[in-house]
Amino acid sequence: MSGWRGLPIGAAVLRPGSTADNVTGTWRVVRPIIDQERCIRCGICWAYCPDGSILELKRGYTTRGGKSYEVTYEVDYDHCKGCGICANECPVKAIEVVPEAK
Amino acid sequence: MLAELQRGARERVVSRRAGLTTNYAVAHAVKAVDVDVVAVYPITPQTTIVEKIAEFIHGGELRAELIHVESEHSALSAAVGAAAAGARTFTATSSQGLEYMHEVLHIASGLRLPIVMAVPTRALSAPISIHNDYSDIMNARDTGWAILIASTAQEAYDTVIQAYRIAEHPDVQLPVMMAYDGYLMSHTLEPVELYHEEHVRGFVPRRDRRNVLDVRSPITLGAFATPDNYYEFKYQQEVALRNVEGVLREVEADFAARFGASYGPVEAYRLEDADYALVTYGGAATGNARMAVDMARERGIRAGLLRVRLYRPFPSAPIVAALAGVKAFAVIDRAIAYGSPAPGPLYKDVATALYMEGLTVPGISVVHGIGQRAMYVEDFYGVIRMLAEGAGTGKVLFLGLRE
Repeated sequence: MSGWRGLPIGAAVLRPGSTADNVTGTWRVVRPIIDQERCIRCGICWAYCPDGSILELKRGYTTRGGKSYEVTYEVDYDHCKGCGICANECPVKAIEVVPEAK
Repeated sequence: MLAELQRGARERVVSRRAGLTTNYAVAHAVKAVDVDVVAVYPITPQTTIVEKIAEFIHGGELRAELIHVESEHSALSAAVGAAAAGARTFTATSSQGLEYMHEVLHIASGLRLPIVMAVPTRALSAPISIHNDYSDIMNARDTGWAILIASTAQEAYDTVIQAYRIAEHPDVQLPVMMAYDGYLMSHTLEPVELYHEEHVRGFVPRRDRRNVLDVRSPITLGAFATPDNYYEFKYQQEVALRNVEGVLREVEADFAARFGASYGPVEAYRLEDADYALVTYGGAATGNARMAVDMARERGIRAGLLRVRLYRPFPSAPIVAALAGVKAFAVIDRAIAYGSPAPGPLYKDVATALYMEGLTVPGISVVHGIGQRAMYVEDFYGVIRMLAEGAGTGKVLFLGLRE
């Protein structure tokens, strides 16, 4: 880590988006789990997540019922704080929030 | 020789001599340095500064954005935003307004924003008072701002001009407060020599600052700092603030060459051979003390005066050097540090500075002019007499108080 001379003055963050480097999901006490079978790929969780912690992956998925999707939504657990907004907003109740502690 | 050079410099740069209140002198300086943004909220006795600036903007003499806000907290917050975006920014307040700004004072210094603020000082409520003392500025002394205290309208005009050079200096990048006596200076007329504005603008050129908000090269300001880094950022601030004294001397040397005037971090009057010293700040206390020193000298008491102009960072070295040779000194404070080891805020700083150099010069902590209680030359002469008689040192004196 830099000494005081090496840090930017005014506590400025000179690289936008650099928070992604920090693993900030460690204080989460509950974890959202997306049920890929029920998920309809509407993208509402992705849009509502206040921390950009829903990942929209270009990865296909076919349900057991035979429905195919081109994208998959997953939770970025390195940054998800467990607020539960995704589960609250999900129109098909495809996201379950479970305690981290077993 | 130097005096002649300085006279020559003044003839070239002075555009006119005017009778101005210190508030108007400040407004003229703000116009001369060509500020970009002025965030304002009215409060007595500050209001006439920003009224005059509004006139300048309305009349097309100053091209600046005047932001009307709903409080002093917002005035300084708007100044923070403007300065963060790289604008040359000014605001002004007094008394309760400065109190209401308090948390933003720390934010402005913590974000290293070179805002300049004028503070015609005023007593604090309760009971409500619109009159002058220095209680407001003393509550802001440890907020990381550089603080200069002017004693004349001319000095206030010159200091605002110097303040932008100091605030924007790469070794500083900190906000600067310029204080003076509310009412006693803010609303009284003095002769002021105004400069041709091209000379002022040549003295305070625009320079690129580090870490400015710019959409072409985005950064984040005001982010969270964990225990891993917070301390280092605050230490940077302490170093930058301590750089101010050296930068002030450098800026004043250039100012003296161009405008033929300089003041220094402290000003001494008849102090070279003095046995007894008064230490003051601001206009009225200094003026009274100067006359009291003359009175004492006429009566054979070798008295002198030290006026503190740079209050933060505290210029310990010149103050200790000035007081090391006297038999006793008294600090005239225009505020009460309630419940402190001594009631005078400046006295405490002077005593600490002496102690840190291993010196124990006898001193008196004098409080006077609270809520603009009238101060008389005889009061200050009486303090010099006490010093000369060896009375009262190590003690506290509330001058002008009715028993």
